[in-house]
Amino acid sequence: MTVSSDPTVSVRVLLFASYAEALGHASLTLMVPAPATVAALLRLVRARPGGELLPERPLCAVNLEQVRPDSPLQPGDEVAILPPLAGG
Amino acid sequence: MTFLLDRPLDLDRLVAAVSAPERGAVACFVGVVRDHDQGKPVRRLEYSAYGPMAEAECGRIVAEASARWTAEIALEHRVGMLEIGDAAVAIAAAAPHRDAAFAACRYVIEQVKRRVPIWKREYYADGTVGWVDPKKADRRTGEQADRRTGGQADGEAAPAESGSQNDWGV
Repeated sequence: MTVSSDPTVSVRVLLFASYAEALGHASLTLMVPAPATVAALLRLVRARPGGELLPERPLCAVNLEQVRPDSPLQPGDEVAILPPLAGG
Repeated sequence: MTFLLDRPLDLDRLVAAVSAPERGAVACFVGVVRDHDQGKPVRRLEYSAYGPMAEAECGRIVAEASARWTAEIALEHRVGMLEIGDAAVAIAAAAPHRDAAFAACRYVIEQVKRRVPIWKREYYADGTVGWVDPKKADRRTGEQADRRTGGQADGEAAPAESGSQNDWGV
C-alpha cells in the first residue's frame, strides 16, 4: 500500500518520420508496467492505432543512446523509436 | 560544434576550419541531392532529424575519427527542404598526410549513414511522396552502392530491424 511500491514507470516517447506518421503523434507519455523495459514499451506502442505499422524490433534510443530491447527504463526516460536511418 | 544546419553548407568554410600548417592533406566529401532514386525521378528531398541525438552521435563519430587518424575533422549535415544539387552533407578531414585524411573522411561519412538519426522524405516528379529506407534500396537495386561502398555497412548498422517488413513509401 506504499507509494514506493508503484511498479509502473512513466516515460516520454518520441516518434519520427514514418513512425510519427503511422501513429499520428510525434511524442507520447506512456506508463509502462513492471518490469519496465524497452521491449515492454514497444508492445504498448504497437498496440496503439497505427502501431501495427511499426516493426517488432525497431531501433530505439534512451536518453540519446541506442539501446537493446531488454534495456530497463527509469522514470522520466526519453525513449526515441527510430525508423531506418537515412542520413547522408 | 553544431553539426546540423538549416542553411546551405559551405565546404570552403569547413576546409578553412581544419587547415593548419602541419596538415598537408585535406580530404573532402560532399553528398548531393540526386534527381532520381530507384529509377523514380525526384524533385526534392526533405531531411529531418532527432536533433539532440544526431548532434551527440556526430560528435562521437568526429571524436573517434580524430583520435584514430590524428586528424582534424569538420562535419555538417543539412536539415529541411533541399533541391536537386544541394549539398546534404559535407566533410573535411585534415591530416599530415593523405592516407589518414582519406581514411578519416571515409570513416565519417560511412558512420554518419549508419548511426546518425536523420530521415529523408522524397518528393517525386509524379507528385507522390515516400520515406527513404536505404537498406531496402540496396536490396532492390544496389543502385546506391556508389555512395555507400562497403555494402554490408548498412546491414551491420541495425541488425535489430533486419526483419522489418514495413514500407511506408507513398
